[in-house]
This record gives sequence, C-alpha cells and structure tokens, in this order.
Amino acid sequence: MMPTIVGDHVTKVFGRGETEVVALNDASIAVDAGELVALMGPSGSGKTTLLRALSLIDPPTRGRIVLDGRIVCEDGRVLVDDRRLRRERMGIIFQSYNLIPFLTAIENVALVLTLNGVPLRDARRRARALLDRLDLGHRADVHPPTLSGGEQQRLAVARAVINDPAVILADEPTGALDTERGKAVMDLLRRLGREREAAVIVVTHDDRMLEGFDRVYRMTDGRVGPGERIRRPVEAEALVS
Amino acid sequence: MNLALRDVRYRLGRFLLTALGLGLLLASVMTMGGVYQGLVIEALSIVRASGADLWVVQKNTNGPFAETSRVPDDLYRVIRAVPGVREASPVAFQSLQFRLGAKPFRVQLIGYRLAGLGGPPAVVAGRPIVQSRYEMVIGRDARLPLGTEVRIGRLVFRIVGLTQGIVSSAGDPVAFVSLQDAQEIQFSKANEAVRNDRARLEADVRANPVLATVRPDALAPIVQNTHLANAILVRLEPGADPPAVQAHIERWNYYRALTAAQQEEVLAKSVIERGRQQTLLMRAILLVVSTVIIALIIYTMTLEKTRDIATLKVVGTPDRTIAALILQEAVALGLVGFALGAVLIGRTYQYFPRRVVIVASDQYILLGIVTGICVLASLLGISKALHVDPTTALGGGG
Repeated sequence: MMPTIVGDHVTKVFGRGETEVVALNDASIAVDAGELVALMGPSGSGKTTLLRALSLIDPPTRGRIVLDGRIVCEDGRVLVDDRRLRRERMGIIFQSYNLIPFLTAIENVALVLTLNGVPLRDARRRARALLDRLDLGHRADVHPPTLSGGEQQRLAVARAVINDPAVILADEPTGALDTERGKAVMDLLRRLGREREAAVIVVTHDDRMLEGFDRVYRMTDGRVGPGERIRRPVEAEALVS
Repeated sequence: MNLALRDVRYRLGRFLLTALGLGLLLASVMTMGGVYQGLVIEALSIVRASGADLWVVQKNTNGPFAETSRVPDDLYRVIRAVPGVREASPVAFQSLQFRLGAKPFRVQLIGYRLAGLGGPPAVVAGRPIVQSRYEMVIGRDARLPLGTEVRIGRLVFRIVGLTQGIVSSAGDPVAFVSLQDAQEIQFSKANEAVRNDRARLEADVRANPVLATVRPDALAPIVQNTHLANAILVRLEPGADPPAVQAHIERWNYYRALTAAQQEEVLAKSVIERGRQQTLLMRAILLVVSTVIIALIIYTMTLEKTRDIATLKVVGTPDRTIAALILQEAVALGLVGFALGAVLIGRTYQYFPRRVVIVASDQYILLGIVTGICVLASLLGISKALHVDPTTALGGGG
C-alpha cells in the first residue's frame, strides 16, 4: 500500500553562512492512511519544523514531500497550490488552538468547508452535526474566547477533520491541557483519524499520550529515527470498537 | 462566508466608535461643502430676489456687490423709455452696522422705491413698508421683533415686517427701507463735512467774481445732493431680447447693463470665488486626512489580526478572501462613517451661524470619493495581510 504522506530525505536550513542552522537533516517519514504516528523528541529537535515542511507552510530546502503518490514539493519548489492542498486534503491542529476569535464555534468549523465551495447552509449543517458528536453542540454559537481550553481544542479537532482530510497534522495538541483533558483530546483525534482513514501525525513529548498510536518516530538534531511500532493494528482496531 | 461582516459584528463597539470618529471628520467635509453651497445661495439671493432682468450700473464697474457704483436715481425714467423695458427702478445698497442696546447688528441695507423693484420678495410677518419714511422690513435671521425701533445714523426706523431667505454675500441679514431713507443714510454727509463744504463753497464763491451776487447758502443743496442710487433694476417685457436692451442702454456710454446671469457671475467670480477655493482646499485637506486616518485604522486592525490571518492561511484561505476581508472592512468603515456623518450634519446644520446647504449631488460625489479613498486606504492593510507569514500561527517549540 502506498503511504498517504511521505517526507523523503527532507532538509531544512535556516539562515546562511555563519548563521546557518540545519533544522531538519535528511529526515524521512512515511505514514499510511489510517495510521497514527507520534513524533517525539526534545525541544529544538525539529518536530514542528517537520510538520511545517509536510504541510508546505514552510517548505523544505531539499528533499521531497509526496502526498497520495504525487510529488507536491521538491527541493524547495512547491509544485501545487499549497493553500488549496491544505484546505482540501489536510487538517492542522495547533497547541494554542488558533481558532478565529471573530467566528463562532460553528463558523470556525464550517469555514474550511465554505472555502472548499460547500454552500454555507450545508457547511453549517455538517459542522453542527460534528459539534453535536463532540459534545459541543450547545456551544456552537459562542465565540472561542468564551470556551474552556478543552472545548477549544475539541473545536480545533473538529475544524481539522470536517473536510475529511487525507492527513491530519497536530502540533502538541495537548500541550496546553491538563492530563485528563489532554487524553480526551488525543482519544478523540485517534478515533476521528481512524474513522476517516487519515494519516495522523501528532507532535508530542508526553509518553503518556502514546496509548493507541501505531508508531512513534523519535527526532534528534533534525534527524528522524526509525519508526517504532508501539501497538499492533489488531489492538488498535479493538480500541476503536 | 463573509469574514469582514463577522469581524465587524465581533468588534462592533469598537468599529462603531471608529466609524463615529471618521463620521465626525466626514461631517466636517460635508459642512465645508454645505457652507460653500450656502455661500453661493446666500450671495446670489439678493440678485435672485430682486426679480430684475437687467442691472444698470456705473460704467466700468461690476455693480454694487463687487465695487462702488453710483448712478442718478432718476435714470430709471430714461430707461423706462427703452424699447423692451417694462419696469425700471433705482436701488441703493449699503453694508452697515448699528447698535441696539449694547449689541451690534450688521445688515445689508437695501433702499428701494416703494412702488418699484428691489423690495422684499415676501413679508412673512407684519406688513410691507407703506410709508415713504422711517419704516423697515428686516430679515428674520436678525432676530429682531416687529415694532423694534432701530437708530441708524440720524434716522430712527420701526420694524414693520419680517422677510426671510435673503442675506448678503457676507451672510448678514438684509434690511429694506425706502430709497429716500437709504439715500440719506448713504449719501448725506456728517455735520462736520457739511460745515467744511459750506466754508469751501463760500471761499470759492468769494474768489469768483461771476458768483459775487450768489448767496452761498443757496448753493448748499447742490453740494448736498443725495439723488443717487447704486443701480437701476430693469424688468423686461415678455419676449424682449435682453442683449438688445442691454446694447441699447450701453450705447449712452455712461452706464453698463448687466443681465441677471452676468450679475450672478460677477458675484460668484469676484465675491465668493476665494471662499469657494478656500472651502475646496479645506475639503481636499480633510479628505487627505481622512484617507490617512482610514489607512492607519485599517493597518492597525490588520496588525491586530496578524495571528488570525496567519491561521487563515494555514487552514488554506486564499489570498483573495483575506484581501476581501480587509477591503470590505475598510469600505464598511467608510460607509458607516459617511452615514453617521450625514445624520450628524442633517441634524445640526440649522444651528450653524452661516447657512449650510447640503446638496444631494454633492453627497453622492462625496460618497463616491469616500468609497474610493477606503479602497485606497485598504491597500496598505491588504499588503500587510498578504505578507503575513503563516508560520506566525504555529508554535516554534520543536
């Protein structure tokens, strides 16, 4: 089976000459559809940089990004409309939620759909259904700043999955939450990722959050170590059921 | 999904407050335009109210509103005989100030023949002047009640009627009196001047043997001639050709005949042109200030949304949607500011000391200009928004 997303010998260099910093050094990663992968490593190891590179927010200096078998970035050249790619094929979750404060909860979720051409009414209906499922239906019409941290992150997860993305990238999604809420968000992410057959990459440095993940990649000094399988697919399926 | 609408809704209080500030600025622009229109209407009101087709004035002058013009008051009898003339009548104009108690009043005094042209177009309270002496009809904007006694020089007038809608080009209320009264006020000399003239006359008479038998006091009325007017108003017969009548009068070489349109042009060009340029310049400056302020507001609003814009880019929002957010907010700010300014000026213009006339066509043009400057002002914000780095939305932890 072809991996959904591949980072192939990705290198990211910031600055030049004496100020040059190699943030990613020949890093490679491949994630299949429906696979949940954790990206771990100490601060400054390049986890977020790799996420930025894979999402084409900050394309790599060298190497290739392949999505669904198609090269979307090669040696610093982005070969597709990166924003279109993100809104149609990716869902991104931030540590600090990054919800749009002037949109209500339901509008935050529906936004991506409307950007993809879904009529507003249909977008709101689908967003409402998802929020109900995530137990946020009663908070649909409030603005994000009035939500609790846990609610905001669930809302951010909803925004990331509403467009049925092929890839979900989450940067420390539980970093601003306590353990209990963090586990709940991670569980939600796992559940929705598997349901939607998405390739899920989660940056975390909390080992307690790894339960239910398929593999973990450990990063050091911009390099990605070999993926460690931490749970058999059969066990993962059992978790979902 | 309209992002601008939602952003405005979310920050409604601040948006309205900003729009109110802009509205006050635009109200100033509207006021300038209104003051100019008022200036034109006021300046032309005397000419228009007279109902004259021609103004006969002193040769080589532009008439009584632009410079000094003196013509014999009985010239009207000659002009009446010109073919095409239905009516002619002398008028005297003088800008003067009198005191009522401690309060100074500045008026444009108009003297007219009671049965002739140049009187008040309408008397809205009291009655017209019916006595040939010492009665006055004054503009309602002078705020003097009927029956008030007004002393001007040696004469005391009683206000018998009020008129409205006419002021001088300086915005002063008009006061109508009989021609004889106006002539006495304008052309009679002060006692000292009369005594000086008599002394000079006596000396001249004594020095001239031919006049040896003439008594100097018999000549006094000659040097005290007040039978002058500032213009003769002419109304033509229906179907008469104004240029032909004009040419006929000017053939005498002593007078100039201006059509009403020419008189209006003289007023517009020589009397209020500088005022027009002044208000135009002020309006232009205020519009430039408005543009800069809108640009700064929009730029600041964009700066405040930097992280939101970065997030929008991360979730895949196209540049055109982000640009539309900034542009629509700028235009909305301008339009709401314009509406608030229009409401404000609509409710306050009557309290201005000078007449303010808000003309619909002026407002439409200003609305177009405001929309244009909002688009222009938004460019800075749009440029900033499009240069926001989407990585700003992400943490930089690992």
